[in-house]
Amino acid sequence: MIRVVLPTHLRTLARVDGELQLRVDGPVTQRSVLDAVEANFPVLSGTIRDHVTHRRRSFVRFYACEQDLSHEVPDAPLPDAVATGDEPFLVVGAMAGG
Amino acid sequence: MTGVRVLVGTRKGAFVLSSNAKRERWDISGPHFAGWQIYHLKGSPADPNRLYASQSSGWFGQLIQRSNDGGKTWEAVGNKFAYDGIAGTHQWYDGTQHPWEFARVWHLEPSLTDPDTVYAGVEDAALFRSTDGGSTWKELSGLRGHNSGPRWQPGAGGMCLHTIVLDPSNPERIFVAISAAGAFRTDDAGKTWRPINRGLRSQGIPDPNAEVGHCVHRIAMHPSRPGVLFMQKHWDVMRSDDAGDSWREVSGNLPTDFGFPVAVHAHEPETVYVVPIKSDSEHYPPDGKLRVYRSRTGGTEWEALTKGLPQSDCYVNVLRDAMDIDSLDSCGVYFGTTGGQVYASVDSGDSWAPIVRDLPAVLSVEVQTLT
Repeated sequence: MIRVVLPTHLRTLARVDGELQLRVDGPVTQRSVLDAVEANFPVLSGTIRDHVTHRRRSFVRFYACEQDLSHEVPDAPLPDAVATGDEPFLVVGAMAGG
Repeated sequence: MTGVRVLVGTRKGAFVLSSNAKRERWDISGPHFAGWQIYHLKGSPADPNRLYASQSSGWFGQLIQRSNDGGKTWEAVGNKFAYDGIAGTHQWYDGTQHPWEFARVWHLEPSLTDPDTVYAGVEDAALFRSTDGGSTWKELSGLRGHNSGPRWQPGAGGMCLHTIVLDPSNPERIFVAISAAGAFRTDDAGKTWRPINRGLRSQGIPDPNAEVGHCVHRIAMHPSRPGVLFMQKHWDVMRSDDAGDSWREVSGNLPTDFGFPVAVHAHEPETVYVVPIKSDSEHYPPDGKLRVYRSRTGGTEWEALTKGLPQSDCYVNVLRDAMDIDSLDSCGVYFGTTGGQVYASVDSGDSWAPIVRDLPAVLSVEVQTLT
């Protein structure tokens, strides 16, 4: 199972506590993980990435294994530790706005 | 029981203020959607328990929330606002063409007759409609497709469609206003549109009498006289007696004719309210005195309403969607400020008292009269 940690506001929207545990079929990438997030929690569609272009929203960041993966291409494989469930995939609201 | 529900959108959540018809004691619930910007929330005239709210943030984008129980509980509905066809371009601040990009929903206008039908005015300017209670949205693209579209450009607050006025006597007729393109009207339920800006004069644009390019801030109508419109423009308070075909200035003796909201009394179609603001760069009341101005003559002659409002050291703003009226026998008038106060008058503006003083900056105030 893939572990995903959402920021507080998105956990509230999705009405979940703690981290998500999601099944992802095929390669574990940003795209496949976010597809799984949105399939399980449709209310989150459009909040992390654009509905149409699937571009990451500007003030959302993706971290894992102490790396900033925000600028990786969506189909790049995520670290093995994320794929095995040892480490979570972090969706983070960027520090912005002062 | 007869009463009033005041729906307040703020920079950090929504609040619902409720009272009986006396409007003396208020129950305050909220914040709903804590931490999110609530640009607007509004109830359906056809079913007062059906509410719609525009919830957004710079981080996580746009959501639409719907309540079926007067704001006690909410559910997120559709938030996909995709422009119809090829989005095209409009004029950018530097004069170049810029792609139309969805930013947020500024205003939600529920149908007068169907609780499941609601219109959304968005930035970058476009009008969307849902006929399934907000689950799905479709653009009425005839507006953005008007041949003047590529010449529209954003105002300082973005290129937003912020005003939607439905004609109660003609379901095919809708008025909208866009900053900074101007006012538009459809007479065929949104298929085709035409600018209705004749008579507006705006010194900040190259041709002061241009067909489009005016920064309209708000339009108000009394339901018994749908051909009479009142407009607060960037500068100037305007009036039309022919459904927007032509406008004339009615700023009269106002201390300044800059401002954002305009509202019409529930029972007196010639009684109009505005809140003069010093200037486009000084967004606060002149002389530090918060004064609502009322005209009982359809404009031109205005009186200051000050009783109960701060008359010194007050430097708040009142935004375009932040004033509304109730329709009880003694008409209530309500407005919210960027300082977080919501003021109410239960005597048509003669005297005022705050319902709450310390909310986040108020973006919108909508009033439901419950019978």
